[in-house]
Amino acid sequence: MRANKAFLIIAHRLAILAYIAFALFPLFWLLKVAVTPNDLLYSEGIRLWPSRASLEHFDFVLRHSAFPVFFRNSLIVSGSTAVIVTILASLSGYALSRFRFRGKYWLVTLMLLTQMFPLVMLVAPIFKILSPLGLTNSLTGLVVVYTAFNVPFATFLMQSFFDGIPKDLEEAAMIDGATQFVAFRQIILPLTLPGIAATLGFVFTAAWSELLFSLMLISGNAQATFPVGLLSFVSKFSVDFGQMMAAGVLALIPACLFFLLIQRYLVQGLTAGAVKG
Amino acid sequence: MAYAARHEGLPAIRPPLMKRIADASAPYLYTAPALILIVTVMLVPLVLGISYAFRDIQLLNPFSGGFVGLDHFRALAQDQAFFRSLRNTLWWTGASVFLQFAFGLILALLLDKPFHGRAVAQALVFLPWAVPSFLAGLNWAWLFNPVVGPLPHWLFAMGIMSQPTNILSDPQLAMWGPIVANIWWGIPFFAITLLAALQAIPRDLYEAASIDGAGPLQRFLSITLPFLAPTIAITILLRTVWISNFADLIIVMTNGGPADRTQIVASYIFTQAFKRLDFGYASAIALVLLALLLAYSLLIVILRQWLLSKD
Repeated sequence: MRANKAFLIIAHRLAILAYIAFALFPLFWLLKVAVTPNDLLYSEGIRLWPSRASLEHFDFVLRHSAFPVFFRNSLIVSGSTAVIVTILASLSGYALSRFRFRGKYWLVTLMLLTQMFPLVMLVAPIFKILSPLGLTNSLTGLVVVYTAFNVPFATFLMQSFFDGIPKDLEEAAMIDGATQFVAFRQIILPLTLPGIAATLGFVFTAAWSELLFSLMLISGNAQATFPVGLLSFVSKFSVDFGQMMAAGVLALIPACLFFLLIQRYLVQGLTAGAVKG
Repeated sequence: MAYAARHEGLPAIRPPLMKRIADASAPYLYTAPALILIVTVMLVPLVLGISYAFRDIQLLNPFSGGFVGLDHFRALAQDQAFFRSLRNTLWWTGASVFLQFAFGLILALLLDKPFHGRAVAQALVFLPWAVPSFLAGLNWAWLFNPVVGPLPHWLFAMGIMSQPTNILSDPQLAMWGPIVANIWWGIPFFAITLLAALQAIPRDLYEAASIDGAGPLQRFLSITLPFLAPTIAITILLRTVWISNFADLIIVMTNGGPADRTQIVASYIFTQAFKRLDFGYASAIALVLLALLLAYSLLIVILRQWLLSKD
């Protein structure tokens, strides 16, 4: 009986280790190739770690390529999207959490539907609409599109955070003469700060990963976001794996930082989005 | 608003007209910015896109734009690549959802009981979820590439492959590339949602069952599964829609090739719009996809009604 239990514990730990290995291996390999000097890349093909590691690829990518520009563009787009979406979603999430009003059912249904239908079918019409406005090949255009795509999900997320705060708080403030908006701004929002941080993190990650619309809307190098830059790099210099993977590691950094920020709220975020990756 | 209701019994302090108008419009003011954005950036293009399906819209042809009726749909009925992409979509979605779910459920069960280092293990196994999809795609494409990746060499050494080649360029096997990447990327989603549902099961149920002499398998079948069933059903149904529309990995890893063997409907739409700049045809395919998804959703609703009426 005792041996049986020990066996179960060992099997459990081994299974967990197998999952961790599967989850981390691709990222490990990315890092490994990124630090492998070119002369060792082919001779030491599948060794787990090169006999000599160097940062030359990172050095090249940071100083002699356009990746710092792509990185900055992606930061601008994802950062602005995250801030604007969080502001809009705080307002609409608060309305869904606190008010009962005509049309609320339809608003919720509309927002749920936007999570279900294939966004890829909007690629062509959005290009046609933004083109005469000068918003193609522009970071502003991307921010507008990403903001709209992320508002519904962020609204549900913020609503779930507001639902967790007792109504009595702003009712007390309103009896003291504050308007509802003042109560919202000065009492409820500060209490929701962790939720606001989580929403910022979720939206930032989503905008940072978006691929199809940035490929369609952006063409020049100057306005390219990270995915656009990386993919054009892949097709142009398909031989320099070291540099590509060094660039890949760079793309991973903000995603990992934000992952740490939102880790505690993963469950809330995924259930609010329901269908969102 | 909640306020007005509470004071209704006291007509003496009925608020002035301006205040009542302000109160009544408040929820609309709060939701207006989000709503306006959704309508202009999602609904208007959706309607426009539906109209494109019946028009000849090619970006590089300034004389295009005319109404062509059902021409795109007639072309679509003859388009072998489209029917192949339909079959591929079924295969891609079915394999991805099933394997993501199976591995995600096992992971959730493994993480359910407290053990030393659980928080760290959890953070590490959920990390792939945070990896941007384009990077996940590139990363796996590199792993499958015999020049820099170890996978072909390992498969060769294990005798699974006759020589270390890239499965992404093998028409028979190419679809497995994006599917494996999708599994890696999607396990955390299922694990996170199922783990949350698992932890909501009252613990004393298990104790009572073991006192009554139920074994681990019996406890799993008669307590865990029934409690998880609603979460499993809803996540699988929603995830199916999401994954069938999810083209990022395929576009990054194979671009639909070799010879359209990995083209799914969503990536086919994107290719028509992005590579061939044929917005009309792309919109026609999109309309068909939308109709199929609507039919699928309707089926779910009917199934749910039927199950409810049976109880």
